[in-house]
Amino acid sequence: MDSEPRDAAYWAKNVTTLKLGKVPAKAVNLNVTGRRVVGPVQGFGKMWQKTARVELRGADVTPDEVIRTWKAEFQRFWPERNWFYAPLTGIAPGEVALLNLNLPGRMKLSTGVLVLYADDESFTLMTPKGHMLAGWITFSALAADDGVTVVQIQALERTNDPLYELGYMLGGNRLNTRFWVQTAENLARHFGVEPKVESQVVCVDRRRQWRKAGNLSKNAAVRTFLWTLATPVRWLRGR
Amino acid sequence: MTEGSSLITEVRELSSRASVIDLKGDVTASSEKALADAYTRASGKFTRTIVLNFSGLEYMNSGGIGMLVTLLVRANRQRQRLVAYGLNDHYRQIFELTRLDEAIGIYDSEAEAFADADAP
Repeated sequence: MDSEPRDAAYWAKNVTTLKLGKVPAKAVNLNVTGRRVVGPVQGFGKMWQKTARVELRGADVTPDEVIRTWKAEFQRFWPERNWFYAPLTGIAPGEVALLNLNLPGRMKLSTGVLVLYADDESFTLMTPKGHMLAGWITFSALAADDGVTVVQIQALERTNDPLYELGYMLGGNRLNTRFWVQTAENLARHFGVEPKVESQVVCVDRRRQWRKAGNLSKNAAVRTFLWTLATPVRWLRGR
Repeated sequence: MTEGSSLITEVRELSSRASVIDLKGDVTASSEKALADAYTRASGKFTRTIVLNFSGLEYMNSGGIGMLVTLLVRANRQRQRLVAYGLNDHYRQIFELTRLDEAIGIYDSEAEAFADADAP
């Protein structure tokens, strides 16, 4: 095949490890630069496919317009107290974003995502080593047969290591599903629609990949926790 | 031959232990049924390796990569290996980027894939 494939412009290119650009001073910037991305094949826990879908019935908006807004204002639609520091150049293939998330038990998590794929009607984020999840999540919009624009968030993921898997079993899985349902609700409300989100959770692979248990050494939540504990020391040294 | 969305699949038996699925067109999230049907036809009682031929691949998005992961899970459940050939440089790079190449063996030609597939 000599000509360039139609999808060539939509995929990230030549990414071996992540490199984060400038981020706000208030952000906790850990566990991103230098990390490799991981897909569901590299994760530890059971593999899940999660889908949150909402119709924008009554909203006069095309799929392209939804995705344009979503890319431009991604943070705005996230549940409160979680931060997505978008790349300065916006959500585009190959760009890297910093995440500061609140976990149960007042735990904080600093990690990131790579924009793996982005076209006019969808974009996909892929996680790095140390993130709670190994996999990718696709945000898309399409026109249904009756012309209504339908928005979908679909994740294919495993937890990255045994500690995260334990957290997932103890309620993290439910909270994660809720996170994406809330995101879909926030987006629908932005377009003036009272949301009725359909959520589907399917366990694609029940097996845990024990050979990946060593991923624990890069656990971003543990590293963020240790970094937080050391805050007074850093403060004293800085005086 | 099965047509699903804009993906056409054809199944060929290389030996009692290996089958090829020829993929022509677009691999996207809409390809789920076409891929699942092709896998069922390719998967005989003694099949140990499923070879995916991507020579006719014209387009693939992130939804398509997700379909390949679910196909991989299905094959692993049946104790089968999934291997691929016919990927151009662009799609090879996507396999490397998504790290699917760590689970799906990639070969330059059908002969190489078959030689490995049929090895005892």
